[in-house]
Amino acid sequence: MKHLPRLVGAALVASLGLFAPVARAATPPDTLIQAWAIDDIISLDPAEVFEFTASELLGNAYQGLIGYDVKDVSDIFGVIAEKWDISADGMTYTFTIREGMKFASGNPITASDAVFSLRRAVKLDKSPAFILTQFGFTADNVDAMIRQTGPMTFEYQVDKPYAPTLVLYCLTSTVGFIVDEKLAMEHEANGDFGYDWLKTNYAGSGAFTIREWRANEVVVLERNDNYSGPAPEMARVIYRHIPEPATQRLLLEQGDIDIARNVSADSIDALAANSDLAVDSGVKGSIYYLGLNQKNPILAIPEVRQAMKYLVDYATIADTIMKGRVVVHEAFLPLGFLGALEDNPFALNVEKAKELLTAAGYPNGFKVTMDTRNTDEITAIGTAIQQTFALAGIELELIPGDGGQTLTKYRARNHDIYIGRWGPDYQDPHTNADTFARNPDNSDDAASKPLAWRNAWDIPEMTAMADAAVLEADAGKRAQMYLDLQAEHQQTSPFVIMFQEIEVMARRANVQGFVVGPSFNDNSFKAVTK
Amino acid sequence: MASIANEEGRRGALPALAWKIVKILASVALTFLGLLLVTFMIGRVVPVDPVLAVVGDRASQSVYNRVFIELGLDKPLYEQFWIYLQKILSGDLGVSFLTKKPIIEDIARVFPATLELATVGILIGTILGIPLGVLAAVRQGRFTDQVVRVVGLIGYSAPIFWLGLLALLVFYARLHWVAGPGRIDISYEYSITSRTGLMLWDAAMQGQWDAFRNAFSHIILPASLLGYYSLAYISRMTRSFMLAELAQEYVITARVKGVAEWRIIWVHALRNAAVPLVTVVALSYAGLLEGSVLTETVFAWPGLGQYLTNSLQNSDMNAVLGGTLVIGAIFVGLNLLSDLLYTLLDPRVRRR
Repeated sequence: MKHLPRLVGAALVASLGLFAPVARAATPPDTLIQAWAIDDIISLDPAEVFEFTASELLGNAYQGLIGYDVKDVSDIFGVIAEKWDISADGMTYTFTIREGMKFASGNPITASDAVFSLRRAVKLDKSPAFILTQFGFTADNVDAMIRQTGPMTFEYQVDKPYAPTLVLYCLTSTVGFIVDEKLAMEHEANGDFGYDWLKTNYAGSGAFTIREWRANEVVVLERNDNYSGPAPEMARVIYRHIPEPATQRLLLEQGDIDIARNVSADSIDALAANSDLAVDSGVKGSIYYLGLNQKNPILAIPEVRQAMKYLVDYATIADTIMKGRVVVHEAFLPLGFLGALEDNPFALNVEKAKELLTAAGYPNGFKVTMDTRNTDEITAIGTAIQQTFALAGIELELIPGDGGQTLTKYRARNHDIYIGRWGPDYQDPHTNADTFARNPDNSDDAASKPLAWRNAWDIPEMTAMADAAVLEADAGKRAQMYLDLQAEHQQTSPFVIMFQEIEVMARRANVQGFVVGPSFNDNSFKAVTK
Repeated sequence: MASIANEEGRRGALPALAWKIVKILASVALTFLGLLLVTFMIGRVVPVDPVLAVVGDRASQSVYNRVFIELGLDKPLYEQFWIYLQKILSGDLGVSFLTKKPIIEDIARVFPATLELATVGILIGTILGIPLGVLAAVRQGRFTDQVVRVVGLIGYSAPIFWLGLLALLVFYARLHWVAGPGRIDISYEYSITSRTGLMLWDAAMQGQWDAFRNAFSHIILPASLLGYYSLAYISRMTRSFMLAELAQEYVITARVKGVAEWRIIWVHALRNAAVPLVTVVALSYAGLLEGSVLTETVFAWPGLGQYLTNSLQNSDMNAVLGGTLVIGAIFVGLNLLSDLLYTLLDPRVRRR
């Protein structure tokens, strides 16, 4: 009996002895270690990649024909292409490939690789393929439309005289990145252009090579010694999958990682106050908005739509629960885009909203539901909106669901209100006009289902305006067309556009040179030093 | 004559044994079938479009339609299930939509991480839980008993997510006793060749003791947490089993005979309590092997729990069904094992 406490004590001491203090080591000087939720990666093939994390990887590991200055996106320059000429009819682009460039494999980059990559993306027809196929390419005609004319030259022929910036910006997106033809075709199986292999492997020419991707665990990139630009200082860049922001913060504070990529709004101030750390941010293109389904007869009344725009407390949300993560923005083109409208005409105004509701025949409000994705941020915004809607008697019921659920319902047009986030697919204004202000066919089995369709908003005239803007070659005139389009859209659309996203990351103070660009494939760690 | 009798005896025994095996196999097969059917149906009634997980929100309608057919979603539900069953029987668990790898490969990658964590966890839980339970039983109603019960109650009821973050803050960030989230430091990551996927085992086998120490300092905190969680259950059950045993007449007899008290507790009573305890420990172990989603999330542990949750959220049904099969196999396996241990530990069961 008297042995018992001693035995238990010994067991406890033995188990505590296992916790020997651990020596703390900083991250290796030539390795950049980032913590990020990387579970969105489903492929590493430029013809398929469309997710945030994978886009960023490709932006650093592949190169496109052309690029733009992330600080002034109107400055477009050649990367793999040395120069390009546009024919008088505005439909044929002749690209000349820069001499002397190599892929990471050592294979030289030629016009054949460029033609192969673009045709490949069209023929594989994966999710991002529409960025190219919107110019009239199909699997059947692409061999004739994109054709090699010399060892270092090729022609790229589109079906209409589109605004040149639209065509060029689309080539800067990841789907236009150039793949090592020889290497990919060595791994071809059943005529798949190496797709099966490239999903998890690498055949590019960027500053870094992708050495390994273990899903939900890690991505490892290594410096590409054949890179044509200035050699990066980091020999290795590692992404660790750390899903929980609080865990990322602990790791960063301890110096076990260099950069934490998921920073919650409530921890920005604390992180910025720590002298070992620094917080960086950049305005991203994503827009937070409410979509009001026009199949709901109440939401289809113009005054009701207008009233709802006066019932969101934009400023308070941006200053409190989303502080540092968003700026108020009420037009469908994000700041930084050609023709972006900067007016924010709406603010919380309960009196005005009540007048509008009375005019609509609902002086005491009504009941309505909102499908709300169960992330912290979306839920918080949803709850705030619920409170301000109630001030005018609108009883808003939040229906929580995960991303897949809410999106499935939204795409089937079964929602009342959907609170969403939309990021542009490329740097041209058409990307958002195409979805917010175009709806060529409002029938249930329409071939294309943009956001305007999802909210059953039938707009033949606005669709025509958006289509005309695509064909305007003069940038100044084109910008004005988008400004007019947004001004009308802002007042009449069933979209309550609220905020533009700011991407925030926290880094160790010694880590310099990470560039936060407007889209995820512009985020660059090529110039990072430690 | 004797040999003939023996032959006959064996002939009589064989069908009985074969019958028993057939019965076990049939119940296992039925269990798996039911498990698959239920999981499959749950996956199909969840209002999530599995095509979206593959093509994303932006794909054109033609891409969407093609993938819809590629995934076999155009066929009736029973046909989809039948096709799946046929594949399973031929040993093919299919390919994950998300990781684009065969499910078998994915599970072989994530399961060792969970196995390692759960094993260290259950060792801690058992080694500490049983003595604590015994102690509580012996000191029933006294201060020690109350302390053990309160400790157990906290372990059982505190949210593991919160407990995990708190433990990280204290033992990793403040005291620096253990390493942070993840399985091993980056600098050691490539110093061991992964053979079994069990880092501690691989490092020890390859004599990489620095890497072993590092991996150990990573695993000890999440494992202790899981250990604490199972400790709470094991100590409570041990306590009640021991109380029942200590009230038995053979204990009084032993005391009258003058057997040392520690011998009565640790040899006589515990040995008898051990029989039902085996099931308790086996079930706790099985619970840990399912993968603890929250622990794995907080500690960035790339295990089965995270894999399954992510797959379920994206309607990656091949992966979910594959993972369910593995978990089912674990439960069935551990159940059979504890039945077997029962017969070894309890002569009465053997005789029956």
